[in-house]
Amino acid sequence: MVGIVGYGSYVPRHRIRISTIAEQWGDDAKVIENGLLLQEKTVPGRDEDTITIAVEAAKNALKRAEIDPQEIGAVYIGSESHPYAVKPSGTVLIDALGIGPHVHVADFEFACKAGSEAMFVAYSHVKSGNMKYAMGIGADTSQGAPGDALEYSASAGGSAFIFGTENVIAEVIETHSFTTDTADFWRREYQHYPRHGGRFTGEPAYFKHVLNSAKEILDKSGIKPSEFAHAVFHMPNGRFPLKAGKTLGFTDEQMKQGWVVNIMGNTYSGSSITGFSAILDVLKPGELALLVSFGSGAGSDAFIFRATERITEVQNKAPKIRELLDSNKMYLSYGQYAAYRKKILFNE
Amino acid sequence: MANSQRYTREIPHRFRLEAQKFEDGFVSLPNRYISPNGNKNSEKIKLSGKGKILSYTVIHTPSDEFKLIKPYAVAIIETIEGARLTAMITDTPLDKITIGADVELVFRKIKEEGASGIINYGYKAIVV
Amino acid sequence: MREVAIIGVGLTKFGELWDQSLRDMFAEAALRAMEDAKVYKIDSLYVGSMSGGLYAHQEHLGSLMADYIGQVGVPAARVESACSSGGQAARLAYYEVASGASDIVLVGGVEKMWDVDDGTFVLATAADQEYEAYNGVTFPGLYAMMAQVYMQRYGLTREELAAVSIKNHKHSVHNPYAQYPFEIDLKAVLKSALVADPLRLLDCSPITDGAAAIILAPLEIAKNFTDKPIKIKGIGAATGPIALHDHKDLTRLDAVKLSAERAYKAAGVGPNDIQFAEVHDCFSIAEIIVAEELGFFDYGTAGKAIAEGQATYGGKVVINPSGGLKAKGHPVGATGVAQLVEATLQLQGRAGKRQIEGAVLGMTQNMGGSGGSSVVHILEAI
Repeated sequence: MVGIVGYGSYVPRHRIRISTIAEQWGDDAKVIENGLLLQEKTVPGRDEDTITIAVEAAKNALKRAEIDPQEIGAVYIGSESHPYAVKPSGTVLIDALGIGPHVHVADFEFACKAGSEAMFVAYSHVKSGNMKYAMGIGADTSQGAPGDALEYSASAGGSAFIFGTENVIAEVIETHSFTTDTADFWRREYQHYPRHGGRFTGEPAYFKHVLNSAKEILDKSGIKPSEFAHAVFHMPNGRFPLKAGKTLGFTDEQMKQGWVVNIMGNTYSGSSITGFSAILDVLKPGELALLVSFGSGAGSDAFIFRATERITEVQNKAPKIRELLDSNKMYLSYGQYAAYRKKILFNE
Repeated sequence: MANSQRYTREIPHRFRLEAQKFEDGFVSLPNRYISPNGNKNSEKIKLSGKGKILSYTVIHTPSDEFKLIKPYAVAIIETIEGARLTAMITDTPLDKITIGADVELVFRKIKEEGASGIINYGYKAIVV
Repeated sequence: MREVAIIGVGLTKFGELWDQSLRDMFAEAALRAMEDAKVYKIDSLYVGSMSGGLYAHQEHLGSLMADYIGQVGVPAARVESACSSGGQAARLAYYEVASGASDIVLVGGVEKMWDVDDGTFVLATAADQEYEAYNGVTFPGLYAMMAQVYMQRYGLTREELAAVSIKNHKHSVHNPYAQYPFEIDLKAVLKSALVADPLRLLDCSPITDGAAAIILAPLEIAKNFTDKPIKIKGIGAATGPIALHDHKDLTRLDAVKLSAERAYKAAGVGPNDIQFAEVHDCFSIAEIIVAEELGFFDYGTAGKAIAEGQATYGGKVVINPSGGLKAKGHPVGATGVAQLVEATLQLQGRAGKRQIEGAVLGMTQNMGGSGGSSVVHILEAI
């Protein structure tokens, strides 16, 4: 049996309300809130970045896995906001956690699905018998351009998953990936903000890839939507994942637990996998969960998991994501937000 | 001017809180050859990150590298292992900071050496 | 070992000396001291300066200053001990004379602090770079943390803390070399900007350019140069931990106590014999703690005593008749030497309107960092 042995998430304490951003740019807050189904999003503190977020998430995963960090054979961090263009986030993380040095490390990038693909590769290492444990992490502190629609949703946070064969808490039943070259959303080197194709990011991008990878994995596995206790799809806003789920035959009830975007925002590489972390927090032994990510460019990774008996022993060993989302919140004004996110020209 | 050497050297202490406990009772976070009172025998320990505030202040006139985040608090902390250290307090409303408050050390970005330099990480404290 | 005396003193005005460079100020003070002592040739030179490198990008001050005071060829070295560089330089010079190795030794202290923008950064190099300054603590922040615990433990009030600066400004009015020779009141202190809670701007010594110099000679020949040689009766020095967090008690400065005990022992006197002391009031709280460690007041009581007038003219001991670091100014490396200049002038009866009547035994206390080092000199009029 191969699957998750430990998982953990982290979001910063700072928040900004959608209405605060709307007020800044002269948008109707109610229209935005209803249109995108978003209330507030997380904002990284000035002393936080993808690396510090990944470290905290991984710490929580290690708490649940209860393994010696030195036994981890590979660590992959997927993000679109790695602090360095050249110098991996993964190396800082392993030294912060006492993993390695006999370990393989690489950073991944694929817009919002860099986290799920880190998970896929970590899982594959363990499945192939290459190593005892491997960790895949997705974390981001991505930026939305001021006044752009993405500014309402781009947020910060991440989750980490350790795969192994012993003491598994959620077995991997099936995986599938669906990828094509689609220019829906991109950022060129040296540009500060990404650009996107507006409504093109919907049907031809998000829905095409999410629905295809999901249909394929359901067919491959022979499992029907009604058999799942929970399902989570990538959450660029509040509406897309619910629409995708409904199209496939999932109910609101099934998608509710993983649907954290309304109070978290879109944590990009941390998005669907953090929703999945929320699902793991409540998943009961024997229950099935579906995780479908999406990354612009474009691609979708899908996983089906089944919880084991052991899951209830570890859920309480680290903070749960919905607890983190609901506590110690510190709200920012737009001016503070702009300073934190370095959207202002500072004198260097 | 990049500080690759200092950055790498201090990783075990700044990132993992690896410390030393000397036979005479002195606990040192940065590694030393000998305790301040001349004891050479020590064992390696790893701090848990839990401690108490012995004193703190709110800085209103920082040096240039921290001037955009003022006012911010710094504290002298005694960890449960008996180590003494100085740390910036983060993510805590200033009125929640008191002498005697319990804190936890977290892994945070300390500063960037300019737009093209190395990003320095280390520990900061949050009042629990 | 021979006995040693101070035979001449000199100093520049303290303040924002835009027109004078590091070497200009040192030369002015040194040449004044040489004129005061009527010497034209010295045997050795010590330069006390904390950070020529970071402030003026200039190291090798021994060579530079020997050159610029017209004494090329003499042995010279810079002494560094953060803010106690001046006092330490004087201590080393004392041993060179006492040992018989040299007769006429000039000790100068200098600092050029206004040539740089981020002075806070430079001053923080007196602290632990890797484990204090790296984590964002500033120099005032360190003393503020001492103040926080002191105030909580002993009930020291904000008004009592302000009394230190108020007193020192009262003293500086009659000091023509002082940076701020004017009085301030409680309102001014409480209105001044917060630097590091609870310390406000007027609790903190300023950024200052300046230099001071003294000439040492063996006591046995001192009368050839001045009819009022001042004997260095005893010196004591000590170190404390570099980081404030390693102090067992955050309201104590062990290095000060230790250096004072050593000086008292060498001089054969005690705190009650001392009539005045120039102490290191880098921050108001520092003067309070130092006064206790020097033995003038019991622990926890100095604040009240100073507020009640026990540290000014007519009180138990006159502390900082020059105006102290707060009102006279604090060009870091120069301060220790400037304290010795003031003590000498007082003991020679040359302190003008700030003269302490009948002064025969005085003390200087110079401190580095947050108590990482301390040097105490006890001087006697003979």
